[in-house]
Amino acid sequence: MASYVAKPAPPNQDKRWKLVDATIRRQGAQARGLIETLHTVQEAFGFLDEQALRYVAMSLRVPLSRAYGVATFYHFFTLKPAGEHTCVICMGTACYIKGAPQLLDAVERDLGIKPGETTTDKKVSLLTARCLGSCGLAPAVVYDQEVAGKVSTAAVRDHLKKWTHA
Amino acid sequence: MTPEELDQIAETERVEQAQFTQRVNVCVAAGCLSCQSQGVKDALSQEVDRRGAKDHCQVKGVGCMGLCSEGPLVSTSSGVLYKKVEAADSPAILDSLSGETVSRLVCPTDIPFFQRQKKIVLENSGVIDPERIEDYIAANGYAALIKALTEMSPREVIDEVTRSGLRGRGGAGYPTGLKWSTVSKSVGTQKYVICNADEGDPGAFMDRSVLESDPHRVLEGMLIAGYAVGASEAFIYVRAEYPLAIKRLRNAIRQAERVGLLGSNICGTRFSFRIDVRLGAGAFVCGEETALIASVEGKRGVPRPRPPYPAMEGLFGQPTLINNVETFANIAPIIRNGGEWYAKIGTEKSKGTKVFALAGCIENTGLVEVPMGISLREMVFEIGGGIPGGKKFKAAQTGGPSGGCLPSDCLDMPVDYESLAKAGSIMGSGGLIVMDESSCMVDVAKFFMDFCMTESCGKCIPCRVGTYQMHRILSAIADMTATQQDLKMLEELCDLLKHTSLCGLGQSAPNPVVSTLRSFGEEYRAHIDEHKCPAGVCGEQRVGEPA
Repeated sequence: MASYVAKPAPPNQDKRWKLVDATIRRQGAQARGLIETLHTVQEAFGFLDEQALRYVAMSLRVPLSRAYGVATFYHFFTLKPAGEHTCVICMGTACYIKGAPQLLDAVERDLGIKPGETTTDKKVSLLTARCLGSCGLAPAVVYDQEVAGKVSTAAVRDHLKKWTHA
Repeated sequence: MTPEELDQIAETERVEQAQFTQRVNVCVAAGCLSCQSQGVKDALSQEVDRRGAKDHCQVKGVGCMGLCSEGPLVSTSSGVLYKKVEAADSPAILDSLSGETVSRLVCPTDIPFFQRQKKIVLENSGVIDPERIEDYIAANGYAALIKALTEMSPREVIDEVTRSGLRGRGGAGYPTGLKWSTVSKSVGTQKYVICNADEGDPGAFMDRSVLESDPHRVLEGMLIAGYAVGASEAFIYVRAEYPLAIKRLRNAIRQAERVGLLGSNICGTRFSFRIDVRLGAGAFVCGEETALIASVEGKRGVPRPRPPYPAMEGLFGQPTLINNVETFANIAPIIRNGGEWYAKIGTEKSKGTKVFALAGCIENTGLVEVPMGISLREMVFEIGGGIPGGKKFKAAQTGGPSGGCLPSDCLDMPVDYESLAKAGSIMGSGGLIVMDESSCMVDVAKFFMDFCMTESCGKCIPCRVGTYQMHRILSAIADMTATQQDLKMLEELCDLLKHTSLCGLGQSAPNPVVSTLRSFGEEYRAHIDEHKCPAGVCGEQRVGEPA
């Protein structure tokens, strides 16, 4: 018979843990809710740190290794905090054909970082996406959740300048 | 919910809509939204308010109208389609409802792009408001579910689907009726239905568009499937990258629950059904059914050997029906109009219509639904409007990283499951990317191999190591440092991956290489023997403007 294990208390007083707890409850505190719960954590906190992974693993009664395994398997989850702004360049086929590599080159050179990295002043994170599904508007770039279509090298540079000089 | 109540909702909605003598529909699917169509819609609403025309003029947000490259699109009750509309154009558009059309914004609808389409899956896209269940019900929505529940036995539903000849729209083309029948015969304490909306193929956005434009249609298809196979619980596995689709789906599920079309004892029958949304987290391999099941179970998305197939042992070890979004979207019309009606459309072995996402170097990018068996030439040059800038057609890529590149001598081939397979590609989920002479086929093959290498889950060695080795060789060819020996190795690896990988990802990963080697072998030879790239893509640093 499974012994009753009390649900652990959230790591701190942060109100956002309430959202996480709500998801855990909705999933019946079962292991199958792991991905859903990690989604909620990332939505609330922006990334998954060790403290959050430990808390989720304990609450759902899965080994920490499994929580870490899932968090690192899926591209969508990130273990590092993002910068103030994020710039996502779509590298789907349509965007690739329409010149996304040129955009990426320009941004890499301007910011001095590679995809997945954040500038040292924590202003901008650069990411690439597999496909945003905005292929009709290729090449597409997402500036802080906002999708822009038919982007030129000059346009992406201008946009980034606004962020880095702000 | 009883059939009478459903009729009541439909009737009330129709009466309400009839009050509006003038109507303006604004596309609020992701494509147009990223061209600020929300601002256009708000401006139109404000303008209607300002004119005090609120009681007879309706401004409605609708789903995708197809021609995404010309967005934001606005259609009016006077039958005109406007393209590239800006917020400042709202007074002119409202004036046009009872006067002259705004000729500078008119998008002609008599072009093949609109005329050649046959809409079944997309029949409501661009017509109804995806965020209101009443609008869907008024458009005959959920009538098929009521018909199935009250007039048909589960066996009859399956027979109808079998008669329609519908095949899985996720890419492999497995007969849907057969799959349903297998699941219905499987024994388990609980059966599940899963809708695969993990549209991972780069260049494909059909599923996103259907979910954003007409989410209830997918729910209805899943409900009918659940009734037919005897399942009571379902999951929709959607990519987290599609926030709008997720929002509309969740909203649709809530609405259906509220009116009693989801939940316990639907329509006063013994049939109960629940649908839950599960978010993907960016893993291409989760499009493979066993990996998808692992992911729904909250695990890493790694595939497992089949058999046992999910139809026998799937989610939580129980019989599970997995179909793609577009497959489910076809179900309601099939039940409503009968399987024979559906079977009249298309070719002998590929029935019905297929939604394609046209993208790449093509004039009209966007979403089209065409009958199976249409030729590639019609798709690219008539519906697609040809290649911009007077450039030459080089290849059409279907099936994403699992598909192949079709050269110009395949242009007159009919587009159906068998012909595409024979030409070395696959139907895939429906992305069709056109490339002109400025694309290098070695570079394209390298792009797809990079994709498969990164997305390989790492469980089986042929895929994990093979994609890496193939990518290494393709990079060497692109850098002009490869030898004939490398080319031979590349061909051997193609064969090895195809035959020894665990799941579809690895088995189909060589397809882009095999198909480009076959049709564009001289490009590979030019890179290796003459150290030059005929398209001028490889070798140098990429600089300058996007094409």
